[in-house]
Amino acid sequence: MRHTISIIVENEFGVLARVVGLFSGRGFNIDSLSVAETLDPSVSRMTIVTHGDEQIIEQIIKQLNKLINVIKVTDFHDGEFLDREMLIVKMHATEQTKPELLRLVDIFRAKIVDVSTKSYTLELTGDEGKLRAALELLRPIGIRDMVRTGKVAMQRGVGQSNGNA
Amino acid sequence: MLIECLKLEGVETIFGYPGGVVLNIYDALYSSDIHHILVRHEQAAVHAADGFARASGKVGVALVTSGPGATNTVTGLATAYMDSIPMVVFSGQVPTGLIGNDAFQEADIVGITRPCTKHNFLVKNAAELPGIIKKAFFLARSGRPGPVLVDLPKDVVVSKAPFKYPEKITMVGYNPTYEGHLGQIKKALKAILAAERPVIYAGGGVILSKAADKLTKFAKALDIPVTMTLMGLGCFPGSHKLSLGMLGMHGTYRANLAVTESDVLIAIGSRFDDRVTGKVDEFAPGAKIIHIDIDPTSISKNVKVDIPIVGDVSAVLDQFLGLMGDVDGKERKKHLAPWHKQVKVWEGEHKMDYGQGKDEIKPQYVVEQLREITGGDCIIATEVGQNQMWAAQYFTLDKPHCWLTSGGLGTMGYGFPAAIGAQAAFPDRVVIDIAGDGSIQMNSQELATVVQYGLPVKIAILNNRFLGMVRQWQELFYGKRYSHTVMDHAPDFVKLAEAYGALGLRAEKPSDVKKVIKQALAHPGPVVMDFWVAREEGVYPMVPAGASISNMLLA
Repeated sequence: MRHTISIIVENEFGVLARVVGLFSGRGFNIDSLSVAETLDPSVSRMTIVTHGDEQIIEQIIKQLNKLINVIKVTDFHDGEFLDREMLIVKMHATEQTKPELLRLVDIFRAKIVDVSTKSYTLELTGDEGKLRAALELLRPIGIRDMVRTGKVAMQRGVGQSNGNA
Repeated sequence: MLIECLKLEGVETIFGYPGGVVLNIYDALYSSDIHHILVRHEQAAVHAADGFARASGKVGVALVTSGPGATNTVTGLATAYMDSIPMVVFSGQVPTGLIGNDAFQEADIVGITRPCTKHNFLVKNAAELPGIIKKAFFLARSGRPGPVLVDLPKDVVVSKAPFKYPEKITMVGYNPTYEGHLGQIKKALKAILAAERPVIYAGGGVILSKAADKLTKFAKALDIPVTMTLMGLGCFPGSHKLSLGMLGMHGTYRANLAVTESDVLIAIGSRFDDRVTGKVDEFAPGAKIIHIDIDPTSISKNVKVDIPIVGDVSAVLDQFLGLMGDVDGKERKKHLAPWHKQVKVWEGEHKMDYGQGKDEIKPQYVVEQLREITGGDCIIATEVGQNQMWAAQYFTLDKPHCWLTSGGLGTMGYGFPAAIGAQAAFPDRVVIDIAGDGSIQMNSQELATVVQYGLPVKIAILNNRFLGMVRQWQELFYGKRYSHTVMDHAPDFVKLAEAYGALGLRAEKPSDVKKVIKQALAHPGPVVMDFWVAREEGVYPMVPAGASISNMLLA
């Protein structure tokens, strides 16, 4: 099963290598990864999407907690969190396809961030399902290039998932 | 500054090897009263620090130079990491400005050792050095202990900064649990008291937690038989009637059957290693499993645990003992009499035996004679392979901290340098390395070290001119095709000892064995004993890889 795990770490060099090395060394999977500073610049947050059975996820969380630089690990469950990814996609744009592209931009609440004579570049954020749906519709029109971030996630409601919570 | 920090941590002995970027540290050592033992290979420095730590219960310390000096510590670090041994290794590093430049003798040792240390540090300026050293020692000895590496760039060591050794340090992400959860402990105790076929399965964590006395008290009060892992040997007196001996791949018949038939299995400071469990599905299939361990990752990693108790073994046993005031000893004996009777039956069905004849020396006989002649009052180091298993089976240990063996990693060449470390910690005790002819050749250069420092380590080589354990597997599972396990070309170990200035002795017949051991023990310096043993003797009982531990080959 897929899990989104939020890891609060000390913002020191080598911490990312420790976390990633743990996954590779123990044969755990990383489906996506994103890292950035938090409100407190001495602390960073990593969001890792991984998959495995219950026992594997339990081991991943325990092993992460065991790393000295890891302050807090939160496993997000379905429905209790918000998650977003961002996609930048460069589309073939011809006179025939432009109206359809503009319609999709509207439907998916995307933005056109760059244009040239033959291309439109779209920026789109959303959860995994929304991006998948958008890509499915964009693909037949002609994708020149695309890049997407890993997932970021946050607990719903007033709860915090940083080290101070 | 480094030396000052070491003194404040109570370090008296370090093992090391100098080199370019640690010249300044060595210069400071020259006029310091820290005892430095110069080894002949950096791997041995780390194993010696490890042996020192296991025997003394203190943090072992090693110091090496950058590049090859540092990479030579990897095996030693991995060995200590697998066995949770408290140790701090200092490695030199090229100056900070050259890091990443492929400078002479540069290696990214922090990167290389990340997965085989509990934690590691690269010190980037002199001001943070004292804090890092304090953290390194704290991490090494606290929680589940382990090795920590501190990488010291040359310019950092040379530069000056105001010296202030922190009294206390805090690490937000590091907070081991020592006390066990009382509710869980009560639940466990209830299950233990109700059990009809309980077994304690004790591991190295008992020794690391310095809780052997408490375990002994606990087991005796509840009248529960105790089996030990390879790492746990000595945590409960091996000659006590409640001892089942070792369990697992080369465990005793009664221990493996008792665990398999148990209804409550109490795992204490042990981690359900594959060499212990055999086929996991058939390991203690009918037992409710209680697991006491300080490391939450050990719990339910290999075997599903029914009552987990995260905490330090010593603290948790105290909590148990505190709740056991009204346990009636007589009632316990009556309650468990049928179980003890069953264990006795198993003991009678298969005894550890090897049949010493007149012509060939049986390796087990050598180990038993070492036990008998020393009275067990010594520190035993082992190499890895058959020698290690025979030592585990036939050298009955009654005390903790007397057994130095590479359990998790299985490092050949570990025993001799580990024995050096133990001997440095206890110059007046008898320290014996039980070795094979293969393993001893992996670190035999350290004969120079023991002679130089007058460390009277005794090495007993069980010489069968084979890589015996691999040969045994080839005999049993590969149709006797002894592919590259025949070691006919070895040095004359007696002459080798003499070449280094040590005493070399040889036993070719069973009647020589006692004489050689007595002569070695009487000699004040280091000795190599070369026992020519039965070449194709096997280690039994043996559980084939992947089989249930109740499925033993007995001979």
